[in-house]
Amino acid sequence: MPPLAQRNLFHDKVRLTVTLTGIVFSVVLIVVQLGLFFGFTTATSGLIDHSGADFWITSKNVPYVEQGVAFSERKLNLVRAVPGVADAQKLVAHWTQWKRHDGGEDSVQIVGINVDDPMERPWNLVQGHVEDLKSPDAIILDELYKKKLGVTGAGEVFEINGHRARVVGFTRGIRSFTTSPYVFTSFKNAQDFTNLREDQTYFILVKLSAGANAGQVRRDVLARVKDVEVYSTSEFSRMTTFYWMFTTGAGVAVLIAAALGLVVGFVVVAQTIYATTMDHIREYGTLKAMGAPNSYVYRVIMQQAAISAVIGYGLGMLVSVFVVRASQQGGAAILMPLPMAVGMFFLTLAMCIGAALVSINKVTNIDPAMVFKG
Amino acid sequence: MKTKIQVRDLKKAYDEGRSGTLALRGVDLDVYSGELLLLMGPSGSGKTTLLSIMGCILGATSGSVRIEGREIVGLGQGELPGIRLSQIGFVFQGFNLFPTLTAGENVELMLDLKGVKKSAAKKRAQELLEQVGLAEKYGAFPSDLSGGQKQRIAIARALAGDPAIILADEPTAALDSQTGRNVMEMLTRLAHEKERAVVVVTHDSRVLDFADRIVTIEDGLVATNDEGEKKQAAWAALVQAHSLATPLVA
Repeated sequence: MPPLAQRNLFHDKVRLTVTLTGIVFSVVLIVVQLGLFFGFTTATSGLIDHSGADFWITSKNVPYVEQGVAFSERKLNLVRAVPGVADAQKLVAHWTQWKRHDGGEDSVQIVGINVDDPMERPWNLVQGHVEDLKSPDAIILDELYKKKLGVTGAGEVFEINGHRARVVGFTRGIRSFTTSPYVFTSFKNAQDFTNLREDQTYFILVKLSAGANAGQVRRDVLARVKDVEVYSTSEFSRMTTFYWMFTTGAGVAVLIAAALGLVVGFVVVAQTIYATTMDHIREYGTLKAMGAPNSYVYRVIMQQAAISAVIGYGLGMLVSVFVVRASQQGGAAILMPLPMAVGMFFLTLAMCIGAALVSINKVTNIDPAMVFKG
Repeated sequence: MKTKIQVRDLKKAYDEGRSGTLALRGVDLDVYSGELLLLMGPSGSGKTTLLSIMGCILGATSGSVRIEGREIVGLGQGELPGIRLSQIGFVFQGFNLFPTLTAGENVELMLDLKGVKKSAAKKRAQELLEQVGLAEKYGAFPSDLSGGQKQRIAIARALAGDPAIILADEPTAALDSQTGRNVMEMLTRLAHEKERAVVVVTHDSRVLDFADRIVTIEDGLVATNDEGEKKQAAWAALVQAHSLATPLVA
């Protein structure tokens, strides 16, 4: 086919610019919003997903990880006695107050672990070692929150809930969904930092033996340990994510913004392709008079839509990559996993082709006799 | 001479509210291969409507129109494009070239509609442009061409489908005398040398000499249908009756 679609599209550069601007805006807005959604999702459940545990044991009616309720640590021994349990460890995950050197206070989430156990260790360490948490008052936090908490380097001493805390290391990329950063420390320190009684814990993490029947182990734990809930890691992760993303409405808000981006892109592309079609309506009439079937004319319009989609997607993704990279330094990371980037291409294509349907309807009803009017 | 188009008792009504307008009121006409036929008449007489129906662009209200023996009245809208593509070539008053395509690409477009592969289409387009004397303008855009050149490109495009019938609507209206003559000479050659049926709707008396036959349409009916010397007289009568703007040119 002679390049009628491309030529018509590039003929009016101003209109093409408007079309591409609309598509780029739409692509960037959708990527940012969906990227925030994925970023938020990862942040809400990061602590659970990186725990290395198979089960999370909580008090009853704990809807998400930040809402833990303390229970007796004696239940740990009961859990360890259940066949199929290879390992079980206590865990603190709870809010408390951090005092900066300037006297100001911030809320932080203390994560108290058994330093000798592989479960729930801080990950992506860029300074220090996990074993450093064995020293008294030792804490590790993410470098992202240095400024917020007034930390300039390792070795500095701060006050957490009236107790001494010494920074021994930093991680990279461990974000909290709330404004309260995670602070990793030993279980003992965590009890002090959170006013937790010595005979209590907030969670028990369970690692199953190789080949153990997860369902059976769960039933056995529930039968032997009273007043607890047993969730698989993925289950508890989903519950926590669902709470933060949907019960609070945060996730719905970004999804609505993403949908809005799609609508804006659709409207802009529909309007500009329709205007281009009307500009060239006589040509389409001539095509039909020459004997072109409707499908041939549709193909010209669809090609215009597809070319706009490809160029707009390319430019939009270029901008999006910059935005995503810039967001990594901020509190709210925008993630762009490869499947999402690929999916965006097809969404952009669908948006543009869908928008072209308005023009398709117009050319379908062209009266070829119009070509005889001078 | 073979009958290419046969029209019998053709009627066409345009519905305008409750009182419909009868543009054609029972036209009978035959168009033969190898002839250039002029369809003339005052504005609103129905000649463009007749051309549109013969060109399978407009549907008829009643009557019969046969293209190469095939009845087209009553055919569904989906069948008419195929007949146009295979049997009929159009030449328009406004040229109707695609401004964003080159002269060669305008001709290739027609070939693409017929399913000709790109390399073969390019070659055939070059041949057609040679036939109309514009081979060197293959890569030129319509905006770079004169009116006469555009019309010759349009004729080359009309020929690309190798049609048996060429329908031209006021092909010389936008052209000066000499250019108009050149275009009519080309259309005449197509009729006489290539055995095509060429029908030209026109107000332009400058093209009378090229016609093998003149059919005048008045008020939706064939008024005169004359060959040879009688065609001049028919045109003169028409001018006198309707005070047409274009005077008779010897």
